[in-house]
Amino acid sequence: MAEFFNMGGYAAFVWPSFGITFLVLWANVWFAKNQFKRVTRETARRSAMTRAKKQARAS
Amino acid sequence: MLVGVGLATFIGVKTFKENITLFRSPSDIVAGKVKDGTRFRIGGMVVENSVQRRSDNLDIKFDLTDHANTVTVSYNGILPDLFSEGQGIVAMGQLDTDGMFVASEVLAKHDENYMPPEVAEALKKAGKMPGTSANFGAQTLVQP
Amino acid sequence: MFKWLHRFGSAPFVYRFSGALAPWVGGACAVLLGIGLYLGLFVAPTDYEQGESYRIIYVHVPAAIMSMFVYMVMAISSAVFLIWRMKLADAVAQAAAPIGASFTFLALVTGSLWGKPMWGTWWIWDGRLTSELLLLFLYLGYMALRAAIEQPQSAARAAAVLAIVGVVNIPIIHYSVEWWSTLHQPATITKLKPSIHESMAVPLRFMIFGFLFLFGYVLLVRLRTGILQREARASWVAQLPEIMRFNALAPAADSQAVSPSKHSETKHG
Repeated sequence: MAEFFNMGGYAAFVWPSFGITFLVLWANVWFAKNQFKRVTRETARRSAMTRAKKQARAS
Repeated sequence: MLVGVGLATFIGVKTFKENITLFRSPSDIVAGKVKDGTRFRIGGMVVENSVQRRSDNLDIKFDLTDHANTVTVSYNGILPDLFSEGQGIVAMGQLDTDGMFVASEVLAKHDENYMPPEVAEALKKAGKMPGTSANFGAQTLVQP
Repeated sequence: MFKWLHRFGSAPFVYRFSGALAPWVGGACAVLLGIGLYLGLFVAPTDYEQGESYRIIYVHVPAAIMSMFVYMVMAISSAVFLIWRMKLADAVAQAAAPIGASFTFLALVTGSLWGKPMWGTWWIWDGRLTSELLLLFLYLGYMALRAAIEQPQSAARAAAVLAIVGVVNIPIIHYSVEWWSTLHQPATITKLKPSIHESMAVPLRFMIFGFLFLFGYVLLVRLRTGILQREARASWVAQLPEIMRFNALAPAADSQAVSPSKHSETKHG
């Protein structure tokens, strides 16, 4: 197992490569999902407000 | 935005100024295409059985070839892990008065082939080791 | 056929379709990357010349290939947007840009981490590395241009022109290693007869397709976000279940708790 982590002496280059790659891939997914949630919430709030205004005007 | 465009232009101009080819070949040097006293990069293959090391320091001398012409390179410093005879290398430095290339940096240019050691061993035995399509001054190879 | 194509010009259809597709693409991505990572790290043999360090290929090459592929997606979408005035194509291009920039960044960083032990340097201004760095600046320039121009229509058009002009860099990246002398080695897999042993190529294929599906997944999520932003006032958006759900919860709370916050201020401004 130690041999595996040592990567033939290139551990200092191999592991950071894989680490940063999967960090960036994960961040891609996280930011996209998060932004989608935020925009959904904002859009919902805005449409709720326009609906409330319409109702107020109607009554 | 402006910074981005500025940087891109800077890099573009820098590359074209330094010549888009990264290194010159031994044939270029033999043909006198490099001005005396300029620092430049040379690229080629380390000739088999040409590496001379000193036991007491890091001084090393070897011949560099593009399979047409050969230039001797001297260097004192740390070599990349891949450095070996038959290996492609790119060195930075300048010519001395004897026509020897005095390098201040030696980089390895590995080829595009990937295989397990057993396969490499078998191919070597069969004399079928794949070469590289790398541009090692290919133009000079075709010229007489 | 034409009708079927026409539906892809319709925002509600694309929004729903990509919503249904995304989980499958995401699932496939997770499976592909999982298998690729396992095969690449545990099963693939060591390299005869580079030893274990060559395993960086399993993250470097997929990132590099995808950095160019995403750019082509962005440029083609931009062209479709300019020629047929298709707003959705602009949304695709906009959604692709940050993903492409992140792949380019990864290709440069993992390449640097590979170059140091093998070549002996982190960086060199050769044709391949320089043109790939230029690609990163093209992505960043595209995003900066969109952000800098206030009027969305002109921002979209200017950015699309930049994306199309930048396409010249793609063949330069690919052929740089053949046209000029570079430190970077020539192509290994993107040629008729790949010069990589099959046992090492299989994990690489899994990783490349894993990256492709990750791009697909993130693109779909970002595209849906972009559609919501562009169509915020449309009635079909107000009737979406995810919007209705918020509406059902929101009104009472909205009028008291939320309206004094900065959210409502920005909306009026």
